[in-house]
Amino acid sequence: MAIDKGTVKYVAHLARIELDAKELEKLSGQLQGILDFIDRLKKVDIKNIPPTSHISPIKNVLREDKPRQSLPVGKALENAPDKQGSFFGVPKVIE
Amino acid sequence: MNYETVIGLEVHVHLNTKTKAFCGCSTEFGNEPNSQVCPVCLGFPGSLPVLNKTALEYAIKVAVALNCKVQEYTKFDRKNYFYPDLPKNYQISQYDLPLSLDGFLDIQLENRKKRISIRRVHLEEDAGKLIHKQELSLVDFNRTGVPLLEIVSEPDINSPQEAYAYLTTLKSIIEYLGVSDCDMEKGSLRCDANISLRKKGMALGTKTELKNMNSFKSVKDALSFEVERQSELLSKGKSIIQETRLWDAKQAKTISLRTKEEAKDYRYFPDPDLSPFFITKDIIQEIEGSLPELPPQRQLRLIKEYKLSEYEAALITSERDIADYFEECTKIYPNAKAVFNWLSGPMLCELNSRSLKIRELGIKTADLVELIKFLQEGEVTNLVAKEVLREMVESKKTAKQIIDEKGLSQISDKASLEEIADLVISENAKSVADYKAGKTNALMFLVGQIMRKSEGKANPRTVQGILKKKLQ
Amino acid sequence: MKLNELTVHELIDKLNKKEINSDEILSALDKRIKEADSKVRAYVRVSQSNVLNPTPNTQHPTPILKGIPISIKDNICTQGFNTECCSKILQGFKPPYDATVIARLKEAGASVLSVKTNMDEFAFGSSTENSYFGPTHNPYDLQRVPGGSSGGSAAAVAADEAVWALGSDTGGSIRQPASFCGVVGLKPTYGRVSRYGLIAFASSLDQIGPLTKDVEDAALLMNIIAGYDPCDSTSVNAEVPDYTRSLGKDIQGIKIAIPKEYFVEGIDKEVKEIVWEAVEKLKELGAQHSEVSLRHSEYAVPVYYLIATAEASSNLARFDGVQYGFRAKNLRPKTKNQLIDMYTQTRGDSFGQEAKRRIILGTFALSHGYYDAYYLRALKVRTLIKQDFDGIFNNFDCIATPTSPTSAFKIGEKTKDPLKMYLSDIYTISVNLAGIPAISLPCGFTKKGLPVGLQIMAKPFNEEMIFRVAHAYEQSTPWHTMRPKL
Repeated sequence: MAIDKGTVKYVAHLARIELDAKELEKLSGQLQGILDFIDRLKKVDIKNIPPTSHISPIKNVLREDKPRQSLPVGKALENAPDKQGSFFGVPKVIE
Repeated sequence: MNYETVIGLEVHVHLNTKTKAFCGCSTEFGNEPNSQVCPVCLGFPGSLPVLNKTALEYAIKVAVALNCKVQEYTKFDRKNYFYPDLPKNYQISQYDLPLSLDGFLDIQLENRKKRISIRRVHLEEDAGKLIHKQELSLVDFNRTGVPLLEIVSEPDINSPQEAYAYLTTLKSIIEYLGVSDCDMEKGSLRCDANISLRKKGMALGTKTELKNMNSFKSVKDALSFEVERQSELLSKGKSIIQETRLWDAKQAKTISLRTKEEAKDYRYFPDPDLSPFFITKDIIQEIEGSLPELPPQRQLRLIKEYKLSEYEAALITSERDIADYFEECTKIYPNAKAVFNWLSGPMLCELNSRSLKIRELGIKTADLVELIKFLQEGEVTNLVAKEVLREMVESKKTAKQIIDEKGLSQISDKASLEEIADLVISENAKSVADYKAGKTNALMFLVGQIMRKSEGKANPRTVQGILKKKLQ
Repeated sequence: MKLNELTVHELIDKLNKKEINSDEILSALDKRIKEADSKVRAYVRVSQSNVLNPTPNTQHPTPILKGIPISIKDNICTQGFNTECCSKILQGFKPPYDATVIARLKEAGASVLSVKTNMDEFAFGSSTENSYFGPTHNPYDLQRVPGGSSGGSAAAVAADEAVWALGSDTGGSIRQPASFCGVVGLKPTYGRVSRYGLIAFASSLDQIGPLTKDVEDAALLMNIIAGYDPCDSTSVNAEVPDYTRSLGKDIQGIKIAIPKEYFVEGIDKEVKEIVWEAVEKLKELGAQHSEVSLRHSEYAVPVYYLIATAEASSNLARFDGVQYGFRAKNLRPKTKNQLIDMYTQTRGDSFGQEAKRRIILGTFALSHGYYDAYYLRALKVRTLIKQDFDGIFNNFDCIATPTSPTSAFKIGEKTKDPLKMYLSDIYTISVNLAGIPAISLPCGFTKKGLPVGLQIMAKPFNEEMIFRVAHAYEQSTPWHTMRPKL
């Protein structure tokens, strides 16, 4: 199936990745090639075949409602690019 | 032009498990920011979720209580979008195979019951909290990962009043189960509404989504406003824009978000980090068996056992603790009507004025019953009894202690009452004359004066009798 | 022989006999790294870390490993030590916790090296050329790739810069570099080893596994890291056998399936011959082999590149500059929304090309209107691929194939065409899709002196069969004793 630059730009925005014009051009070409290759899957007869979203037969994995030690605030924020007291700082969110 | 209002409500309820949905961090409210977090709920690289057993049980309980069909096979999906309060930039939720479908609850309208269908009830995790400052925003992830139940109604609700009734009924049921305190002000219950208008028999109109309502009343008010706004537009031949509107309680109106809303593509897919869940009939039956008596059943029983009216039963069962308190009192003192009057009157008054719950008021059932008995047996007057109650709340003393200490016993002996009556008659010649001239109000005025002089301890009926006799 | 040139089981023996102590092993390793790594570049951020300052092993009273060091791929979380997936976007990240496998290794007495091995950024690659820190060089030929994405771990083991290492495998990332570098690499059954602490690429495909100098070391390492983890909902609660008990057994009558699809077009002639010789060797040792067909083999690569990229696009969404890693400052005003600009520029400026390619492909596969035709269809074909394997294992004990259609290619040879690179995973990918275990072990050298790998697969949770067959083959051949001339 054909994938145009507009679609790639839109999908890149969904994925929050900024692409410059050169990247957009190159990526669109490459993705087209990959999708063309992937299109061979259309040949497979998948009628009545269930999808596999979990490869192993595990089910009902649960844990008890027992509290566990949380991280100290300092550790939680240790890697933060912008620490604001006990908070993570981010650019102003416009709602 | 008469339009039919069509409302659907989407309610999110915090489950009061001890720990979060997918990790062992505490769900306690109000602690230092980012002090109840771990690699899992922070979405640190390499972390993995494991579902809280109690969250699942609570979810099934609610689904059963709302008459839903609990699904034999259910799974979690990732809802992908970017936002700073969402650490993984996806929310673990449920999409096409949710925990339960097709339930209902019945609401009490003026003179009939109405059934509101419930489309689905499913489990998901909450996001964090954002605080907006001038130049930046701050994120607190304490709330991230708290288990949420999403309850979606069908658009069966046809008025803001019905919406209000739906919410209060929903709250009482969930509260009865003990799985959430459903407090909109604390944020443990959130409600979004979808509303559209249509001419009867026609297709559904364009709906608007309403957000930012933080009490049941504001839901009702926001919907009422929206009904008017939309009818006005429609009657002028204008169309409704499909949009999200925020309720502004101060200005008492809904405001458009005005941002161009891109159709959201959440790219749902089954979360490969969580196992699927098979909920057998045995598990469902066990949970059904463990449910407490729910409001509808309890109301029927109270009507039958205590001869309460439908209205009285509905009032008493509005909160599980109040109903429990009522039944505990009537066990000690089987005068259901008297107990009801006191709970629905003076007690509720004290609770509301102090913003407390009945168990927080600190009055033991035995002590309340003692006070009620004193009143019934004529030991104190109604007026005094109310004051005694107030004193009981504040001082934590019993009724007997207060009455004795303050000498509040009702004055019943005729001699003292006659003395006071004579005094009042002599001091209020005009009123006496008015009464004799046919103004019955004047009598009540004189009764009032006697009540004042006796510091409320005189029995009003006895006083009335005495006055009437004296002024014949 | 120098201590860093020995296998772990040999080192354990010497430590038990008190002939050496663990500091001496660390010393030897440190010396070797200083002498060889400027050429091989198996490790990253070496100058920032102190190789001789690994985690002290204080946990277990009688640790089996007695301080033997282990090298760790840069996508496995080690508390307090930088774990960056060789990506700019995670620069400086120090996890506040250990991956479960790391905790188990420490409990067993391992010294976990603070300096990590090189990898393709976020495990996206088959050559370790996509690392933010530049490529690793194959110790057998420094102009060639070591394979990927666990190229650093494989090269370190091959060059005796590590005595053993951990890697991760999503589509062949342990096995293919093992085959290119002439070492042993095992991808366990999905769910056999905990993923808690492995920075996720594709959650339904990833597994952590050993890269070692011989099969016995791989069995030893599996004994330590395998087993149920309550922190990982996909970890299977099944007993872990003592895998070393599978060693030294004969393979009389073992039935080996040879899938014809793995020996046709695309495979290098030399590789085909060498692997066939290995298969004949197995027959010599008493096993029987027959040709079979894995019908849906040709669809494995497209299925993988839909499922893996879809899951990756979601797993990598968390890298946004909010809580850790790189955050774009001095934003270019693209939208009127600073937050969105921060997201798009943080990610746009710091993800490598391959990462962007996969994230966008994966996002596309899940997006509205394309989900059914792409992602859902891939999930269904995955079922068919799994069924192919189930069918074979009903009648056979294991499957033998080449690990890769070629030996190590030159650095830069496949970077221009992503599809060409993707196709180098053609023999390893189905294994992850089916969730089965598989090993690669050296089975010969090309005329240019490049290692070739033999891959042995077994049914889920039957690593014992793999160890049995692999060990029997290894012990009757000289390949595991060969080392590159650096």
